[in-house]
Amino acid sequence: MTAEPLPEHPDFLWRNPEPRSSYDVVIVGAGGHGLATAYYLAENHGITNVAVLEKGWLAGGNMARNTTIIRSNYLWDESAAIYEHALKLWERLPAELDYDFLFSQRGVLNLAHTLQDVREGVRRVGANRLNGVDAEWLEPEEVAKVCPILNVSPRTRYPVLGGTFQPRAGIAKHDHVAWALARRADALGVDLIQGCEVTGFLKDGDRVTGVETNRGRILAGRVGLAAAGHSGVLARLAGFRLPVQSHPLQALVSELHEPVHPTVVMSNHVHVYVSQAHKGELVMGAGVDAYNGYGQRGSFHVIEQQMAAAVELFPVFARAHVLRTWGGIVDVTPDASPVIGTTPVENLYVNCGWGTGGFKATPAAGWTFAHTIATGAPHPLNAPFALDRFTTGALIDEHGAAAVAH
Amino acid sequence: MLLITCPWCGPRDETEYHYGGQAHVPYPENPEDLSDAQWAEYVFYRDNPKGPFAERWLHGIGCRRWFNVLRDTVTYEVLAAYRLDEPRPELPPAGGDR
Repeated sequence: MTAEPLPEHPDFLWRNPEPRSSYDVVIVGAGGHGLATAYYLAENHGITNVAVLEKGWLAGGNMARNTTIIRSNYLWDESAAIYEHALKLWERLPAELDYDFLFSQRGVLNLAHTLQDVREGVRRVGANRLNGVDAEWLEPEEVAKVCPILNVSPRTRYPVLGGTFQPRAGIAKHDHVAWALARRADALGVDLIQGCEVTGFLKDGDRVTGVETNRGRILAGRVGLAAAGHSGVLARLAGFRLPVQSHPLQALVSELHEPVHPTVVMSNHVHVYVSQAHKGELVMGAGVDAYNGYGQRGSFHVIEQQMAAAVELFPVFARAHVLRTWGGIVDVTPDASPVIGTTPVENLYVNCGWGTGGFKATPAAGWTFAHTIATGAPHPLNAPFALDRFTTGALIDEHGAAAVAH
Repeated sequence: MLLITCPWCGPRDETEYHYGGQAHVPYPENPEDLSDAQWAEYVFYRDNPKGPFAERWLHGIGCRRWFNVLRDTVTYEVLAAYRLDEPRPELPPAGGDR
């Protein structure tokens, strides 16, 4: 294993235009999902009179705060379909966007520490294979072959009893993903407008006609919300409720190390997930803080527990130092699945509720959300993820495969 | 880490408690009359404000009793803690930029 050099930045990534008075489509939120939506609106649907509004700076929210893991080993058919679509798009995007964002298919291990974990994992491997998702069940000695620094001794508090492995899963350099999408969307004519906060919605009866911003009024034929943790706040401004709760989610990185960690390891039971970034940092995440919050910081005891789990699973980490910690705000739904679709307000669409796992879905979220906005109706991949599932009861309960407690 | 004052036990660290979501969500008075949409509201929809929020906490490692907390979801300041049979207190006078 050798550390890979980071790609050089192109000289020019995107324009910085003044907002125009009207657009065919306004997307709220220039994170990964908003940028992917704009890209596919232009690329798949020929809709280029589009503005992406961002209250802060481009990709400075959760896109800058995630642990970069990409996988599609979800349990239910609906989830497997949309996450596997995302993974197939990831596999072709670096060439398509002509930008190497270091998508590295180094595999993901999801560990099992209890008999129930084992049964859930074996079941999920079966479900994955039926859905065309690559998945294997590994016994502890096979787990140790995939990740030799992992402690699979039976004498730990929560011994590794096995794990699921998805070889095509991996990581990508999150900032570069955003810049790659932004550059191409910009080249196709999309206006990316930073420092532009949506403060209200213009409506004609039950139909949205534009947005109020701190940089003036912008009319829009259609509006798409892709604001992650702040989706609930925006929905309230637009006059409807979303079944989401906003929680702080933390992650941390160590100082740089030689390459020691060849894959991605996640443990739902002892609750830590770890990969090694291209540059050498160990990137670790844990679960959300239990309480609602918008403060972009979390509780110290969550970090403490995650570090304890990490050191038990990876004894070599005991001497690693934490370089920095950070928190993002994730919007969590009751069934741990996203909402992508129409809202009670005509011409207003929402992509939200990805909880702790939005990054991996970035291309598919953009693909399906762009389709929904362009045609006014969901794509077959996002139709099951409509808001009305909370009324019909057709939930897609992915708490097990979400792999992060929320 | 939050410092939360249990009405019975006094101030304790966050780790002694379990979070229970929004407070003051009563069970429907006439459940048989509710539409599917109204059931969805009761089961799945909760407020998610940016600012003061009334929520339930359980003192799991202490007296094991539920109580309510008024907490700011932006500053994480605990504004009040009160028993379930007490009404939501009036907010203290706004200070800072709240």
